[in-house]
Amino acid sequence: MLNTLQAPTTTDSVLRVEGLKAYYQMNYFGVRREVRAVDDVSLTINRNEIYGIAGESSSGKSSLIKTIAGAITPPLRVVEGSVKFDFGGRALDVYADPQAMKAARWQNLSYIMQGSMNVLNPVRRVKHAFHDFAFKHMGISQSAFRSRVEQHLHRIGLDPRVLESFPHQLSGGMRQRLTIALATVCEPDFIIADEPTTALDVLVQQDVLALIKDIQQRMGASIIFVTHDMTVHAAIADRIGIVYAGRLVEEGPTLDVFRRPQHPYTAHLISSLPRIGDNKKRSALPGKPPNLADPPSGCRFHPRCPLAVDKCRSENPPLVVRQTGRVACWRAGEVQAA
Amino acid sequence: MFKILRDMLRYNVEFAIGFVLTLSIFLFALAHFWAPLPDTAIYLLPPDMPPSAQYWFGTTSRGQDVLWQMSSAIWNTMLFGLTVTVLSRLLAVAVGMLSGYLGGRWDQALMTLNDTMIALPNIPILLLVYFVMRDSMSWPVLAATAALLGWNYDARLIRSVTLSLRNREFTRHAVFAGMSVPQILVRQHLPYVMPVIFFTAMNNLIWAIGLEVTLSVLGFSDINRPTIGGMIYWANQHQAIIAGIWWWIAFPIIAIVLLFLGLFLLAISVNEYIDPRSRLSRMGA
Amino acid sequence: MSALLELQNVNKDYRIGGFFDSATLRAVKNVSFTLDSSKPEIFTIVGESGSGKTTTARMILGNEAPTSGTLRFMGQDIAAIHSRADRLKFMARAQPIFQNPFEAFNPLTTIDYFLFSTAKRFLGLRDKAAVDAATDKALNHVGLSLAEVRGRYSHELSGGQLQRIAVARALIPEPKLIVADEPVSMVDASLRMSIVNLFRDLRDRLGVSIIYITHDLSTAYYISDRVIIMHRGDVVEAGVAQEVLGNPQHPYSRALSQAVLPPDPEAARKIIMAKIQ
Ligand SMILES: Nc1ncnc2c1ncn2[C@@H]1O[C@H](COP(=O)(O)OP(=O)(O)OP(=O)(O)O)[C@@H](O)[C@H]1O
Ligand SMILES: Nc1ncnc2c1ncn2[C@@H]1O[C@H](COP(=O)(O)OP(=O)(O)O)[C@@H](O)[C@H]1O
Ligand code: SF4
Ligand SMILES: [Mg+2]
Ligand SMILES: [Mg+2]
Repeated sequence: MLNTLQAPTTTDSVLRVEGLKAYYQMNYFGVRREVRAVDDVSLTINRNEIYGIAGESSSGKSSLIKTIAGAITPPLRVVEGSVKFDFGGRALDVYADPQAMKAARWQNLSYIMQGSMNVLNPVRRVKHAFHDFAFKHMGISQSAFRSRVEQHLHRIGLDPRVLESFPHQLSGGMRQRLTIALATVCEPDFIIADEPTTALDVLVQQDVLALIKDIQQRMGASIIFVTHDMTVHAAIADRIGIVYAGRLVEEGPTLDVFRRPQHPYTAHLISSLPRIGDNKKRSALPGKPPNLADPPSGCRFHPRCPLAVDKCRSENPPLVVRQTGRVACWRAGEVQAA
Repeated sequence: MFKILRDMLRYNVEFAIGFVLTLSIFLFALAHFWAPLPDTAIYLLPPDMPPSAQYWFGTTSRGQDVLWQMSSAIWNTMLFGLTVTVLSRLLAVAVGMLSGYLGGRWDQALMTLNDTMIALPNIPILLLVYFVMRDSMSWPVLAATAALLGWNYDARLIRSVTLSLRNREFTRHAVFAGMSVPQILVRQHLPYVMPVIFFTAMNNLIWAIGLEVTLSVLGFSDINRPTIGGMIYWANQHQAIIAGIWWWIAFPIIAIVLLFLGLFLLAISVNEYIDPRSRLSRMGA
Repeated sequence: MSALLELQNVNKDYRIGGFFDSATLRAVKNVSFTLDSSKPEIFTIVGESGSGKTTTARMILGNEAPTSGTLRFMGQDIAAIHSRADRLKFMARAQPIFQNPFEAFNPLTTIDYFLFSTAKRFLGLRDKAAVDAATDKALNHVGLSLAEVRGRYSHELSGGQLQRIAVARALIPEPKLIVADEPVSMVDASLRMSIVNLFRDLRDRLGVSIIYITHDLSTAYYISDRVIIMHRGDVVEAGVAQEVLGNPQHPYSRALSQAVLPPDPEAARKIIMAKIQ
């Protein structure tokens, strides 16, 4: 908390996360474990913005947005910090007022979980899912609801007849579109999506990305979007936050992060991307991802960092404002873009 | 092993209660080896004595001490139940795992056998065996017959677990690592099947003890060898309830309920302990 | 020239649907190609999901029999291998790498069990020191050592390490061919490169041929020598990787290569905006 500077705030922010810590706290027959999956994260999301969160597997991306969405269940617990939304006059402090949070679900906020395209009930027709999740939040008649859903599907490029099918009759791409349709039918102000394109085929991926971008532009919603695939961030994110071992290590406008990464980890992520037409050898990051139950001291990246110095091993670099973004690295000025 | 036991006792209330309960009943049953009178002897004590300082649980109308009768009876009943459980678990694991892993024709054949066995009615079959074997009928024969009848549902359950394991990548990987079928089943799949075995063992034990009690109450077993069901049989023969000799019936029933409770608590806590998900968490996954 | 692997007009049909309304689905149609044993290469099969890549791989590994056509490995008909002894002999020469490194090893047993089992079975080693030495040698090829791996469980290692151990395991019997079915699609970008670099290295140093199956065209371009593009079971284009992927001719290959998002915000954004119109 102390050494984390305030996130740069604009007057028009929808979400402010401050000093958020959320740990998985477990106790199995006397073996106590604490996985620090979200460790002191502060960030602000603006209205009409797509904010991408990147990071390697098990770095805590899903845990972070689960906590932001107020969708945590034990053993994950918020240890410290706050998550506050401001939906145009309707303020909401997620961990101070759980009741208000319930009311805001679907209306103001929707959350597309990782792998949610596979959680549609296999023995019920798709239309029931719409009814179960969205109907009671809309406060309109059955028939008005039905036509609203059909209209919405039409806009998204899905034939309304899919409502009559069972999930297994639909392809992965269609199911993913459906879950997006489900999450957006109430026209929420804020959408949280965890890896919505990762399980999809290359050919379908672009369509789904275009769909998300299109919805955001038309409804004027803000989106937090998690994926480990940097090219997806390149395609739709306005700003990117890079997570490493439960911490935000860099944040900035997408173009700047790609052109001038300031953190050595980000620089590596970007330079390791293969491209068609170029097969010069690319290096891989040495070492293994840190264990969040026992993270390295100081800068958590230091065991794998090519620039690490003694200070990195003992002192944790704070996330500070630098140029157009923020970065947590003692040697941020010396990082070379690839 | 000792460390696991200590951890379980310290951190798991269900286990601690179940352990103490089962252990006390076991020790009580074990005590019958030091009984003052042989457990088949009758009319050596004054009949129908209510519980007192001399006869804690009273005596039966047949002049036996209820306390020592129960000690032998629990021992014999548990022995029967455990024999049935162990034998039927072995059958269920062998058939279930082979059927699930080998698939194809093996699976069809084994599952046809299995379904046929499920369709057979238990009690009539046991009575048939009883009448056919009449003279050579002994508790091991009865236990073996019960074991043959008591594995089929669980074999299906184990088969479905193995079936899902067969399609996991590590199984295909194991094949290409040159592992033989027994190696794959024992080393790779058994840890996942263990919880099912434990869980069904509990149900099976209760079923087997219940079966023994039912057969004995009906008089279809060696009625001179004391068992919980045998005690109830004799109590009924002497119309103990009507005669007000409640202790002859009440104490055996309390004992069997406590035994079931203790075993049940042990089963659920051990099950949690060996469950792959909780095991992985303890290892630090 | 002698052929290491030769596929001749291979077809595979699956019966789908219920008892009464069953139909056949041709998952692989008339596929032919040959790998030369004197020239180790990385041979890539690309295609969207459902295009028949995995089915082809399973037939090559002998896990599935073709409906028609033949697959020969070092002159032997793969579908005609039946006895356990012959099967082991075949497996010593052709080894697989699977998709998900976290699933490749049983989470409840130590990883070294897989390595030792391979060394004992395929190299016929009995003596513990010899088994250790063979295992260590294979691990050295992938930049690891037995000391780092012995007694560890899969959750104690990263995805990249696990996938490299899986490769090392496959290398123990000194195979001629490795079939890797989507070995990088479950791992993130930085792990992806470490695995893909390893394949290059194996081809160059150990002379192992690799069949690399993927839907990711950028890594295909990065490491392949030759490539075939599959679409609904058909091979629609085949040839030298840099030519086929750099300048695709068939409409489907073109669509695939355009579906690869460039790792550059300006270019990628343009593609997405064009889709929205
Ligand atoms: N239910 C849980 N109980 C205990 N630990 C958990 C649980 N879920 C996640 N973790 C741990 O929390 C850490 C962060 O996991 P998280 O799912 O947030 O990662 P992620 O960045 O979303 O990864 P991926 O890209 O694979 O989805 C990991 O170390 C993980 O093992
Ligand atoms: N065991 C099976 N039974 C029926 N159909 C199958 C089976 N395996 C694969 N298929 C079908 O064959 C086609 C090719 O599948 P697959 O080889 O797995 O493709 P890929 O690996 O390219 O994604 C798909 O249409 C798939 O549904
Ligand atoms: S603080 Fe040090 S170890 Fe951490 S990223 Fe910067 S240079 Fe590397
Ligand atoms: Mg995740
Ligand atoms: Mg496949």
